[in-house]
Amino acid sequence: MSQFDNERKSLMMRWHLDGPLFFALLTLVFIGLITLYSADGQDLVLVEGQALKIAFAMGIMCVMAQVNPKTYQHWSVPLYLAGVFFLILVEFFGYTAKGATRWLNLGFTKFQPSEIMKLAVPMAVAWYMANQPMPPRTRNVIIGFAICLVPTLLIAKQPDLGTSILVAVSGVFVVFLSGMSWRIIGAVSAMVAGFIPILWTFLMHDYQRQRVLTLLDEERDPLGKGYHIIQSKIAIGSGGVEGKGWMQGTQSQLEFLPERHTDFIFAVFSEEFGLMGVIGLLALYLFIIGRGLMIAHQAQDNYSKFLAGSITLTFFVYVFVNMGMVSGILPVVGVPLPLISFGGTSLVTLLAGFGILMAISTHKRLLAKQ
Amino acid sequence: MLKRRVAINDPVAESQLFLNRALFAFAFVVVMFGIIVANLYNLQVTRYEEYSTRADGNRIKLVPLAPNRGMVFDRRGVLLAENSPVHSLELIPEQVTDLPATVKALSELISITPEQQADFLDEVKSQRRFKSIALREQLTEQEVATLAVHLHKFRGVALEARLTRHYPYGDLFTHALGYIGKINEKEFKVLDEQNISANYAASRDIGKVGVEKFYEAMLHGKVGYQEVEVNSRGRIIRTLREQAAISGDDLYLSLDLGLQLKAQEVFGERRGAVVVMDPRTGALLAFYSNPSYNPNLFVHGIRGKDYRMLLNSPDRPLVNRMTQGVYPPASTIKPLLAVLGLESGTVTEHTRVPDPGFYRLPNVSRPWRDHFKFGHGYVDVYTGIIKSCDTYFYDLAYKLGVDRMWQFMSNAGYGRKSGIDISEESTGLMPSREWKKRRHKQNWGPGDTINIGIGQGYWSSTPLQLAITTATLINNGARVTPRLGEKFRNSEREGSLLVEKEQVIEVVDPNNWAISREAMRRTVQQEGGTARGAFLGATYSAAGKTGTAQVINMAAGQKYNAKAINERHRDNALYIGFAPHENPEIVVSVILENAGGGGSNAAPVARQMMDYYFSEQYNNPQLPDRAAIAAMQEQRAAALVAREQRYIEEAAAAKLEQEKRKNLPPQSTTDTGTIPPQSNAVTTPTAVSNNSENAAITQEGTNQAAGTPVQNPVLPSSTPAASELPTIGEDAGPDINIDEGPDTAPVENQDIEPEPQGGGR
Repeated sequence: MSQFDNERKSLMMRWHLDGPLFFALLTLVFIGLITLYSADGQDLVLVEGQALKIAFAMGIMCVMAQVNPKTYQHWSVPLYLAGVFFLILVEFFGYTAKGATRWLNLGFTKFQPSEIMKLAVPMAVAWYMANQPMPPRTRNVIIGFAICLVPTLLIAKQPDLGTSILVAVSGVFVVFLSGMSWRIIGAVSAMVAGFIPILWTFLMHDYQRQRVLTLLDEERDPLGKGYHIIQSKIAIGSGGVEGKGWMQGTQSQLEFLPERHTDFIFAVFSEEFGLMGVIGLLALYLFIIGRGLMIAHQAQDNYSKFLAGSITLTFFVYVFVNMGMVSGILPVVGVPLPLISFGGTSLVTLLAGFGILMAISTHKRLLAKQ
Repeated sequence: MLKRRVAINDPVAESQLFLNRALFAFAFVVVMFGIIVANLYNLQVTRYEEYSTRADGNRIKLVPLAPNRGMVFDRRGVLLAENSPVHSLELIPEQVTDLPATVKALSELISITPEQQADFLDEVKSQRRFKSIALREQLTEQEVATLAVHLHKFRGVALEARLTRHYPYGDLFTHALGYIGKINEKEFKVLDEQNISANYAASRDIGKVGVEKFYEAMLHGKVGYQEVEVNSRGRIIRTLREQAAISGDDLYLSLDLGLQLKAQEVFGERRGAVVVMDPRTGALLAFYSNPSYNPNLFVHGIRGKDYRMLLNSPDRPLVNRMTQGVYPPASTIKPLLAVLGLESGTVTEHTRVPDPGFYRLPNVSRPWRDHFKFGHGYVDVYTGIIKSCDTYFYDLAYKLGVDRMWQFMSNAGYGRKSGIDISEESTGLMPSREWKKRRHKQNWGPGDTINIGIGQGYWSSTPLQLAITTATLINNGARVTPRLGEKFRNSEREGSLLVEKEQVIEVVDPNNWAISREAMRRTVQQEGGTARGAFLGATYSAAGKTGTAQVINMAAGQKYNAKAINERHRDNALYIGFAPHENPEIVVSVILENAGGGGSNAAPVARQMMDYYFSEQYNNPQLPDRAAIAAMQEQRAAALVAREQRYIEEAAAAKLEQEKRKNLPPQSTTDTGTIPPQSNAVTTPTAVSNNSENAAITQEGTNQAAGTPVQNPVLPSSTPAASELPTIGEDAGPDINIDEGPDTAPVENQDIEPEPQGGGR
């Protein structure tokens, strides 16, 4: 059927790329580069570095898109087990920086196993759930949760709250999409609610507690814990409807805004492009999420459906948590704004996920022919 | 089991279930994005104003800009107080690669003490990295030149220039100009109370003394502001708006540089003061107290050693003798007293009083002596003034009574602040019944009245008051307000600072005033006049009156012998004069401390001032250039130091002498019988530090001088901090503890002769 499509489409198909998704992602990383250029004081070197990382991650995405989803399904369990093994290694031999033990020092580079788990967990849970009937029975649900829980706890212990949340939800989304009954959802919600005090008392580190407290009243400590969020809200609020214009944001250009090129880049964007710009950005994100869910719906086997759905919804969680924390309705957890924030690791993981999504999207027809 | 199998085999239902879940998830995503948008709407639309204001508050700061202080000129526009650049060597730490090495390299070029280096490095630690910090201040021209050559080798090192006050004529105008200095806490509080501290946001200095203080509001100018954008570390990124500072008004003094230089030249090393004033306006043409001091020393904070030298000097250079020096006016009051006598009808132009050489009160056996032992025979008002006959004025004073004299003389300008435009001023003392009652808890005695008749007794005045009262005589009872500042000028306007004279004494017959002035003319121009010798050959018609004020009291039967007594206990020489006689343009008052007779010492000073004023040179002054002035100032500074050194040595020698004398039999003290018994302390004033103790000692020296207090300028009663100007106790002069006998006839019971030697010898 590709003969009847235009040339580009056929090219896209040949490369196993999903056109709408690909262009939406390209637009997003381009917006990211523009914002980054402004956020970091017009430092071209930094932008070039980020562009290289983007190119590298895009390459990974394209490679991942070439792989048949069946292969992913096949490798799900080994990948998961290897990931857990690495996490345990981190626990004992990990490299520590800024009070967190997240890395394995390989000598030539540092490697962060928790990033692998962002994909390995949904793959493993999807693998498990795909082997179960829909809707799953309670026992299957519990096993599914257990698969999530092990790496989540290991990551939370590093500590890395942001990643552990992302890893946990990526697994939970699979269970949800597999048709977990609403009764159980209600029960789990109640359990999570009950878990919060335990989390607060035993599992959370001091700095994490402070972050939560700061969220409740950031003006409590305007120069200390509240500084980030106050400056961020000032940046967003002073942007107004139309924004101050590209490279005109005073909060960002005059460096009042901390971490403006990483986690708080959304504040820079909001300050310079205003509410209109933000709505446009959200529309783009919504389009990507919608497209991802559509791919999931059109996938031909349950594993692909679950995995595609989970990757898409995890992407949404990234967006929501980051925007929520920057605009002051969620506590500050280290989650970047996907594809916009500076940094290579999350970029590679995210685009690798989208590569899998594209593989699912583009390989179904071949499957259908078989 | 069955159920499971059914489930597996129902892909349609599974697909439907997944679709439901996916749709639900998508709806959830939309709702959550809605929440985000709602929150952003709240921030960016609803609370936009609030956050916008806070963003501006973050980035916009106001930087105050110091205004240039107004300059001060003399009457001909010669610059007397200027703003000159002072250079400092400053470093910006973040631009300097190796701070210690740079400092070391710089210290090889110019001298930087280890303390200065340590202070600098401390400062670096406590300041922002991009802020410029001074390593050395007040660089000399030589150092600036040296650094300028080598500066290109250093990164982040700069020569900065700041404007500070400079007084090119040094000690010549000190007592008029005063000086500025760093604003201290007390002054800042005052500024705060007046709600003008914002105007000083960028200013470092404030007028401390003199016209610099009096005209502070005018000279200071208005602070400007720069609205700048700063980043989160406070670094200035750019200037958004600037409101320039408005320079202070320029001040034109009525003083004349040439006349002032003349005064300094005439005085030489002699102690004293001269005031030259225009009697028509009160504008002061010369205002000089010798010795003086260099105000530039105070601008950057004077060194303790220098300050102690000035403070402890027996010559009292810090004292503004024109307004703070209180002296008995002596015979200089006679012309005005004669006016009162004539106006009140107590005497007429032709009234003659016998002068046998002394005056005796009815029922009082002790006489008041005339300065002329054999008397002047029958004396009328002219002779009384021309020859300065004491007996005539003893008699007149007795007839007038203290109340009328007090009323008249107070109005004329004695015993009151003149209203001059500097704040360092003593009231002097015009005694009255109420004053004596209040001060000494004693009744006024007739002897007190008689002492006042020749300007002695409790009466004391400043040289400025002498000039003012002379102007009152010239103006037929209209008193002037003396002014150093003649006009101010700014970019928009020019305004006079002079004050209209005020008719303070009701005139009965203007001729009475003219009689007195005529007598003063004859004092100068007629054979036998006390000032004739000094004014021989004058090309203008001068008038004047001499005065010789006793500083210590003579024991009964003692004759004044200048050679025999301590130099600092000799008589003060006074002179008041004006010229031309018919249409006076200037009034001159002179005091020479411990110089002896007024006619032979003070009058010649006035003569030279007047000669200069009436010479062609006054209108076309040949003034020395800056280099000459600087050289002169250097010379004077060296002379001052040498003089002080000499005093210290003399004091040490005197002390040694005293110790020796103590061990000798008591009769040896009678050799120097002219010195009162208490004067041991007074004879060595150099040995006594300048503090309240000194003042007390000076007072003690006069203890037994009933009705004849000895008054010299009295020094500050407190010891202020080195950087501060000594505040002179305003009524320090009159507040002398005089131990008196019974009030009705004090003269009777004194073992010291009550007769002051007041005449114009």
